[in-house]
Amino acid sequence: MSLSKIKFDKKIVLSFWIILIALIIAAPTILPVFRLNLLGRYLSLSIVALGVDLIWGYTGLLSLGQGIFFALGGYCAAMYLQITSSSEFPNNIPEFFALYGVEKLPFFWEPFRSPVFTFLAIWIIPALVAGLIGFLVFRNRIKGVYFSILTQASLLVFFNFFNGQQKLINGTNGLKTDVTQLFGQMVGSESMQRIFFWITAILVIAAWFFAKWVVKGRFGNILIGIRDDEPRVRFTGYNPVIFKTIIFSIAGGLAGISGALYTVQSGIVSPQFMTVPFSIEMVIWVAVGGRGTLLGAILGAVFINYAKSLVSEALPASWMFIQGGLFILVVTALPEGVLGWIQGDGPRNLLQRFGLKRKIETYPSLEINNKEGNNE
Amino acid sequence: MNNKDLLNLIDITVSFEGFLALNKLNLNLKKGELRAVIGPNGAGKTTFLDVITGKVKPTNGEVIFKGKSLVGRKEHKIARLGVGRKFQSPRIFENLTVKENLEISVTTPKSPLNLINKSIKDEQLNEIDRLMKIVNLAQKVDSKAGSLSHGQKQWLEIAMLVGQKPDLMLVDEPVAGLTDEETDLTADLLKSLSGENTVVVIDHDMEFIRRLDSNVSVLNQGTVLCEGTMETIQKDKKVIDVYLGRPED
Repeated sequence: MSLSKIKFDKKIVLSFWIILIALIIAAPTILPVFRLNLLGRYLSLSIVALGVDLIWGYTGLLSLGQGIFFALGGYCAAMYLQITSSSEFPNNIPEFFALYGVEKLPFFWEPFRSPVFTFLAIWIIPALVAGLIGFLVFRNRIKGVYFSILTQASLLVFFNFFNGQQKLINGTNGLKTDVTQLFGQMVGSESMQRIFFWITAILVIAAWFFAKWVVKGRFGNILIGIRDDEPRVRFTGYNPVIFKTIIFSIAGGLAGISGALYTVQSGIVSPQFMTVPFSIEMVIWVAVGGRGTLLGAILGAVFINYAKSLVSEALPASWMFIQGGLFILVVTALPEGVLGWIQGDGPRNLLQRFGLKRKIETYPSLEINNKEGNNE
Repeated sequence: MNNKDLLNLIDITVSFEGFLALNKLNLNLKKGELRAVIGPNGAGKTTFLDVITGKVKPTNGEVIFKGKSLVGRKEHKIARLGVGRKFQSPRIFENLTVKENLEISVTTPKSPLNLINKSIKDEQLNEIDRLMKIVNLAQKVDSKAGSLSHGQKQWLEIAMLVGQKPDLMLVDEPVAGLTDEETDLTADLLKSLSGENTVVVIDHDMEFIRRLDSNVSVLNQGTVLCEGTMETIQKDKKVIDVYLGRPED
């Protein structure tokens, strides 16, 4: 039984990859630039979803504050783009500073002149912030719903801070990236967006492999152990605080990369990335796709967001109802998410319900030995 | 207290908001000893284990293990010092396979870095094979631990405990819900572990305790009522009154 299940899983994974790679290769030629750009954005969101799956699906930490790390990554990318494109503005600093009478670049902008620093900062800064928040929270053994509330409260703190700092980072208006220059090209231009699409596609695959590597083997088993029975892990001699801090930090880093890619493809980063609903949506993508499956996180993020844009175009304002309904449906009918349902006994149970497949009367192993018996 | 002792509990008092779960409990264990701890419900048996393993900090008193004080140490540090614990109801990782459960227990060092970039050592794999044979789970290597029967779960947890190579094994009700045959096998297993390891077994099942053929400590109201062999215990008037009751015949 377990053997056929492994084969089945492999088939799903393989077919997913064939479809995904075919889609990625075909997308730039078959999709209009507008749609391609949307797909690129949603693919970048799937990276933050992978992080949510690592901390929630595997380790049992339901964070409602991933928007913090997502936005930090976005701000890092946007600051670099703004500062390298500011040569024609007064004082050689980004244009918005003039609005608030700022003449000198705030000190923390300086390192973002360096592309190398920026590339590192995009994932290291969110990872460090996540690691710090995580360590303090986990060390004090705050878990479950208290952890979720705490992450949401942190999100609000960050949101309010970023929203209020006009003189530092343009406050509520955010930082625009589409009219900035990168390697002599406009970031919002068609050719650049095409390149960002490719980069995103490659990074999604890289992030998936990375996440897969993290959860395979004993490290991943400890994460599952922490999710299912943390005290038992402690009494076996492991320190869950370190494991939780590491995985939360990894999820933060992934969120940062995701935020940066999303920013350059949507043309702006703003405190809106740190609103409460957006971080909750990230959790919904993973719940719908399937917790603890990694693939489910990617599929959930891409399909839900694509559906969101299609539905919003056709029936504006109805999306929130559909999203809510989807979440309720998953929680009540498919607690393992769509992919979890497919990987489990879901399809077989459905066929049985419609009489298309014979019911298994007893344990599968008994069924083989006793094909005729027990059928009343 | 002397040097041969592996563990000394000295005047341990645990107070839960005024309720004394343990009251000046004293207990010494020699290296290699097998000790049974019995007592009526609420006598403080599980709290006694919680104090040793660091889950509960004693209000008063001292726990000395291998010459070091355990009071105030974190659970995982105590576990690494060599105290292993099996819980009352089997606590295994149900979503992992039997082998993965045992990997978690035999792995050393238990650091994230070791787990993520090194594969498991050959001697640890051999140890897992050995353990699975001892507890008759060799056929179930790749089964999810959650699919095991109750008795198999109990044994898997005992195997995980042994795999941790603790100097002191604390075993809480290992035969609850087991068949008679399984109970006998478990008693033999625990007996074979003592000598090399020091084992403390907590249980209600008198037949099982008798079969262990070890020294027995009787707990009552958070303190040690009486200590000795099964025969002495059974003749002790205080013990009869609080726990054993009158002979049934």
